[in-house]
This record gives sequence, structure tokens and C-alpha cells, in this order.
Amino acid sequence: MGGHLNINHLLFLGHGALWTIGLSLIALVGGAAVGFVIALARISPLKSVRLLSAAYVQIVQGTPLLVILFLGYFGLAAIGLQTSPLVAAGASLTIYVAAYLGEIWRGSIQSVPKPQWEAAEGLALSRTQRMMKVILPQAVRIATPPTVGFMVQIIKNTSLASVVGFVELMRSGQIVNNSLFEPFVVYAIIAAVYFAMCYPLSLFSQKLERRMGRGSVNPALA
Amino acid sequence: MQQTASPTPIVSLRDVQKSFGSLKVLDGVSFAVERGEVLAIIGRSGSGKSTALRCIDRFEKVDGGEIIVCGRRVDLPDIDLRALRQDVGIVFQSYNLFPHLTIEQNITLAPCSVKRMGLSEAKALARKVLAQVGLEEKVHAYPEQLSGGQQQRAAIARSLAMQPKVMLFDEVTSALDPELTGEVLKVIEQLAADGMTMVMVTHEMGFARSIADRIVFMHRGKVHETGPASILTAPTTPELVQFVGTGNLKS
Repeated sequence: MGGHLNINHLLFLGHGALWTIGLSLIALVGGAAVGFVIALARISPLKSVRLLSAAYVQIVQGTPLLVILFLGYFGLAAIGLQTSPLVAAGASLTIYVAAYLGEIWRGSIQSVPKPQWEAAEGLALSRTQRMMKVILPQAVRIATPPTVGFMVQIIKNTSLASVVGFVELMRSGQIVNNSLFEPFVVYAIIAAVYFAMCYPLSLFSQKLERRMGRGSVNPALA
Repeated sequence: MQQTASPTPIVSLRDVQKSFGSLKVLDGVSFAVERGEVLAIIGRSGSGKSTALRCIDRFEKVDGGEIIVCGRRVDLPDIDLRALRQDVGIVFQSYNLFPHLTIEQNITLAPCSVKRMGLSEAKALARKVLAQVGLEEKVHAYPEQLSGGQQQRAAIARSLAMQPKVMLFDEVTSALDPELTGEVLKVIEQLAADGMTMVMVTHEMGFARSIADRIVFMHRGKVHETGPASILTAPTTPELVQFVGTGNLKS
């Protein structure tokens, strides 16, 4: 053991970074799909659906992601359901991200001014048509900056998947450090790679926020 | 049916009751609108005039009484809302054009989605209704590129494209500068001349007097006085005397 940081270590870290991106994408796609359903359920005309989805959001938002990951991996294994680290991490992150995206998107849908709903109703559009053709296109503009901003959180939070043995960037850093015993160098590299992935997204989110306003409803009239 | 003897009104309210919490907004409101008639509802803020109008299109559910619009019982829970709203056009104070769509798309959306009209037919229809409100050249503009008066005319065109049997106007000039008010009122005047049945809540007394066949003056949730436009110049109840006397009657 011991030795110096070499190209093989860096390749190993690069491989871990790719899995961080992969896991982020799984969390984003899965979380977006479930989160969209949550957002719609939160504003459903049915009270039971609203309550159920609100409970889901409250429970997930009040639970540390680390705990959800442990439950998904060790908890399910304890009751006989063996899952791989990838499945456990992907499912846990999906559950987690869905609760947050669901809330961001519910807020975006509800911040489309109410008169827009009424105007669409007055034109005899069905509820689905009102949602698809009038409300959602406007909600998407409102939701884009916070959604992109939240993606930064997703990327950073995938590092927690290292605790269930999933070899993403953080875990691969730990492995490299275990052989090199150079924690400062190794974790500085890890930090730099996370930053390199997150910073462009942060910038993009800020840019989108600045661009907001054009094409949206004049608040004075809403 | 006794339609030949006396034609059924397009809109009729009978003893309509409506409360918001403990506040009684409509306290036994009754009036009727015949085909081709222009009815203006006037009154102070909080007199219930906007609520009465919104009940016709069931944007508010009533607590009691009977509302019949184009032969449908609007007060009953099993009302077919989409059928009702194809017959009734409504224009709001704040225009409420869809900001993500061009004027043309704003107009073609409902005919295409609700009536399953073909796109080319709907576009031709959009041009026709835009010509009616004098906005043909704005067909590809977005709402934010239009002045308030133009937006309101476009909103009227959007309603017209559904070929409603009755149009409701809810204080449609209240958000406009005096100089923009005129162009919207002219469009409504033309609609009246073309025989459109209309119910309008308005603060424009001079306009109400010149265009309305009948005036409903609402006061504290009731129809306080009703009659031809001449009641504005010769009011009989002290409340209407006071209302038109407070400088509201500018012509």
C-alpha cells in the first residue's frame, strides 16, 4: 500500500464521477416522473388524493436522505428483499427528489394567476386541456430556475449513496485514499470535481432567473 | 312550450341567494335577459353586481334560487359546465389573455380544442373576429406587445370565436385609461348593433345609458331599481338618485 497518486487513481476517480452523473440522472428522471404526479396530486380536486400526497411530501422532507438510503438498502435486506446498491440508491434518491420537485412544481402551477384558470374555464376547455394548454406552459417557465437550482442539490446528495457501497465519486475517493493515505489531496480533488459539476448549473440557474419575467403575465394585471 | 307567445329569456335569475361566509352578497336577485337585449348592471362596489354576473357562467355556485341560461338550469349541481360555457362568452376586467400564446393562438385554442375545428378553419375564424374588433394586424403578436385596450379587444375576439349566444362583460374597461376605454366601448357598441345578447357590469354610466336596453341597479345584494335606460336620468329611488348624482353620470 502507499505510493503516489498516478493516472490509474485518476481514472478510477473519473469512473466514480461518471457514476455520480449517472446516479444524478437516474434521480432526476425518476424524481421528475414521480414528482410530476405528486405535483398534480397536491392540487387534485379529490381531498383524499391531496392529503395522501401531502403526507408523502411531509414524511420524505422530514426524513434525512441518509436514513432513506439505509432503509432502502439494509432495511429491505432485513425483511428479505435483497437490493443492489444501484437499485437502492436510485430508488431512495427518486423518492427523495420526487418530494422536493413535487413541491417546487406544485408551487409553480399555483403561481400561475387564478384568472388564467378562469379564462380557460370560460372558454369551455376541459380540466385536462386547461392544465396542458394554458397552465403548464406558463408553470414550466416559472419552475425552470428553481428546478435547475435543485439539480445542484441532487448532484451533491448522490455522495450519500457511498454509505450503501455504491461506488460513485465520493466512494471512489474513499477507496483511493485508503490506498494512498493522502486525504487532503484526494478529497481536494473530489471537492474540485463536485464543484466543476455543480457550478455551471448554478450559473445557468441564476441566468434563467434573470431572464424570467419576459413572456410571463404582467403581475400588475394578475 | 309557449315560446311563440312570449319568448323564453336567454338568461333568467329568480330569487338568487349567495353568501360568502357570513356576508350575504346576493339576497333574492331576479332579472331576465331576452334574446338580443343589452342589460347593464350598475351599482356601488360590493353591491353584488359582479357576483350576479359570475353566477350566470357558474363561476360562483349559488346557495338558493334558480338560474336558467339558454335553457339550462345553472343552479343545479349536474349542470354540463362545458356546454354552458360554449353558449356563454365572458370577458374579464383584467383581459386574461394567455401570455405564452400569440393573439391568433389565443383565439384558435378553444375552437380547436373544444369544438374540434380544423386549424385552417380556426385561423380564418381568428382573422374574422379580429377584424370585428379592428386588430387584424396583431394576429401574430403576443399579448404583452399590445396596449391594454388592444388586449381587451383581443379578449373580446377570443370570446366571439366560440360564437356564444350571450356575452358577459365584467367591468371590462375598469383597468383602462380613459383614452383606451373608448376603443373597447366602440367594439361593444358594434356587437350590440349586430344583435348580440349582452349582460354587462359597468361603471361607465354614460355608456350604459346609450347602449343598454335595460338597467338593473343593484344595492346591498338586491335589485333595487330596474327599467329602461331612462331611469338613469329620472331615477325614482333615493339610492339611485344618490348613486347617479355622485358624479357617476358623465356622458
